[in-house]
Amino acid sequence: MEGAMNVSTANAVSPDQPILSVKDLKVHFALGGGFFNKVTRHVKAVDGVSFDLKPGETLGIVGESGCGKSTLGRAVLQLITPSDGQVVWLGDDITGLPPKTMRPHRQNMQIIFQDPLASLNPRRTIGDIIAEPLMTFHPHLNKTERKKKVQQIMEKVGLLPQMINRYPHEFSGGQCQRIGIARAMILQPKLIVCDEPVSALDVSIQAQIINLLTELQKEFGMSLLFISHDLSVVRHVSHRVMVLYLGKIMELADKDDIYRSPKHPYTQALISAVPIPDPDLERNKSSIVLKGDLPSPINPPSGCVFRTRCPYADEQCRDIVPALEGVSFSNDDVTPSHEVACIKWQNL
Amino acid sequence: MTKPLLDVSHLSTTFKTPDGLVNAVNDVSFQLYPGESLGIVGESGSGKTQVFMSLMGLLADNGKTEGSVKFLGEEILGRSAHDLNNLRGNQISLIFQDPMTSLNPYLKVSRQLTEVLMEHKGASQGEARKRSLEMLAKVGIPEPEKRFDMYPHEFSGGMRQRVMIAMALLCQPQLLIADEPTTALDVTIQAQILRLMGDLKEEMNTSIVMITHDLGVVAGLCDRVLVMYGGRIVEAGPVREIFYTPRHPYTKGLLASMPRLDELGESHLNSIPGQPPNLQHLPKGCAFHPRCPQAEERCQSAHPPLRRVADQQLSACILEA
Repeated sequence: MEGAMNVSTANAVSPDQPILSVKDLKVHFALGGGFFNKVTRHVKAVDGVSFDLKPGETLGIVGESGCGKSTLGRAVLQLITPSDGQVVWLGDDITGLPPKTMRPHRQNMQIIFQDPLASLNPRRTIGDIIAEPLMTFHPHLNKTERKKKVQQIMEKVGLLPQMINRYPHEFSGGQCQRIGIARAMILQPKLIVCDEPVSALDVSIQAQIINLLTELQKEFGMSLLFISHDLSVVRHVSHRVMVLYLGKIMELADKDDIYRSPKHPYTQALISAVPIPDPDLERNKSSIVLKGDLPSPINPPSGCVFRTRCPYADEQCRDIVPALEGVSFSNDDVTPSHEVACIKWQNL
Repeated sequence: MTKPLLDVSHLSTTFKTPDGLVNAVNDVSFQLYPGESLGIVGESGSGKTQVFMSLMGLLADNGKTEGSVKFLGEEILGRSAHDLNNLRGNQISLIFQDPMTSLNPYLKVSRQLTEVLMEHKGASQGEARKRSLEMLAKVGIPEPEKRFDMYPHEFSGGMRQRVMIAMALLCQPQLLIADEPTTALDVTIQAQILRLMGDLKEEMNTSIVMITHDLGVVAGLCDRVLVMYGGRIVEAGPVREIFYTPRHPYTKGLLASMPRLDELGESHLNSIPGQPPNLQHLPKGCAFHPRCPQAEERCQSAHPPLRRVADQQLSACILEA
C-alpha cells in the first residue's frame, strides 16, 4: 500500500518471526457494588494468555460462551485495554497505547463481527462503508481512485460492483458479511480478527463465507485470529487451535494434533459433544457428557478452573494451578507444537 | 401399519404483508407415527417453523392456513382457541429456541410449572407441586427443591431449557414439537439436552418433531427426516437414506457444505451458490433451480411434485424421473 503514515513496513517481518506476540495477557473487569460502589470483585475474562501468531497463519480460538474468546480478540486489537501482560505487534509493544499513537497500527489490524447487519451503518451506502478506512488512512486519494479501489475489493469478495450505492438493508446476511469483509480487507491488513464471522449465517451461506476467507488469505497472506464456538468450522479454517475455558488456555496445538489426539479432558469433552452429520457414527460414538454449567468467572474454582466439571478431577487439581506443558515439539525440539494445561494429561 | 398420530395434508400458509403475499408454506403433506422422531431440516425462510405454527394455530394475525391437519384422526385446523388450548400443553407440547423469552420473567418457576397441571389435569396444588418436582429431577436439575421457587433469570441457559422441557412433558403429551431447542446453547450443554430428549423419548414413548438447521442433531436423534426449501418439502425419508443416499440436489448440497469434525479439513467446502429464495417471489418451476448445479431448462417451468424414488424415500426433482 502506498501509505503516507506507514509505520509498520519499516519493521519488515521475516516469515518465521511472529507478527503478533501475546504475553501473559490479562483482562480483568472491575465489578462495583461494595460500600460507595467500591470495587470488591473482578471478572477475570482473560487470565494469563500467551501465544504467537505467524504471518499467513490462522489461529482458531474456541470455547463456550463466557470463556473470554471475544475479549481476547478485542484486547489484542487494544479495543479493550488489557489489565496486565503485553501485546507485541511487529516488534513494537502496543499494550495500552493512547488512541493517537495506536491509530497508525490499525490499518494493519482489522476486525469482522458476528452480526453482519448490526455492524454496518444503516444510513450509509455500502460504498461509503467500505471506503471509510481509505478516508482515514489514505485521505489523499481522490473520489475516482477511491471508488475504483472499493469496486476492486467488492469484486474480490463476490459483490457486484454496481451495487456500490445500495444500503445495507438491501442485502442478505451473507452479503452483509461480505461487505464487512470488504471493509476489513480494503487496506490489505496483516491481521484480521474474525469474531464468530459465520455463526449467524445459514449452512450453505456459511460455507461460502468460509471459502471466501480462505481464498483471500491465500491471495493476500494475512493472518487470522478466528474466534468461534463451532469446532467444525474452526477445524476447517485453522492451522492451529487454542481452547479457552474461563479465560485460561486449556490446550494449544496444531489443528491435526488437537482434533486427532486431544490431551485435555475439556478438549476431549468439547470434541465429543459436537454432533456429526452421519447417523451411524453419531449414534455409536463414545461421548463424554460433562456435568453442570460453566462456573461463574467472578468466583472461578481454585487450582484448575475446569476441575468442577472434569470427570478425572481429584484433590490435587484443587490445589495446583496447571501450567501449559509441552506435549510434543516442532523440529527444533524447543518450540512446543502441542501444549496442554492439565497435571494429569500423561495418565489419561 | 399403525394409525398416524399426526396427518398433515396439503397444508399451505400465506401471510398478507404490505409488500404482497408471502408464501411461507406451500402444499406440505406428511405423517408422523406414535413414538417416532421426525427431523425437519431447512435454512432460515424454508418454512420449517411456520408448518408447525400453522398446525398449532399460533400464526401471526396476518397469516392464513389452508389444507388439513388431523391429530389422532380428528381435524384440528380452524378449531377455536379454547379447543386448541386444551390440546396444546396437554397432548401436544412445544419448546422454543430461546428459553428466556418463553418463560414469564415475573413468575416463579414453581408457579409456571404447577399451573400447567392445575389447568390441564385439574390437579390440586400439592399434587401439582409434587409432580413438578419429580419432573425437574427427571430432566436433571440439581437440587430441584432449592430451585423450585426461583425466578427464570436465576437459572442458566441450559437449566432454563431443562425447565422448558420439564414443563412441556408434565402432562405427558403424545407429541413434543421442539423448534431449535439447542441452538442458543453451548455444545457441552447441547449434548446434555439432546441426551435427555433421547432418553425421555425411549422412556415415555413420546413422538418428537425436531426442527433444526443442524444436520448433526438430526443424525443423532431422528428416525425420519423432511428437508424443506422455499416452503416445500423437497426430500423425505428415513435418516440413513437421507444422509447416505440423498437424492435431491439441495439435500446433497446441504450435506456437502457442512464443515465436519470427523474429516480432515480440506481447504475447500462445497458451498451452494446464491441465496435462499425470497418467499414473496419464489422462482417459477423448481424453487431451487437458480442455485442447482444440475438445473436444466425444464426445471424453470415445471414444478416438480414429491415422488417416491426408493422404498421409503421421496424427492421433488424432475431430473429423478
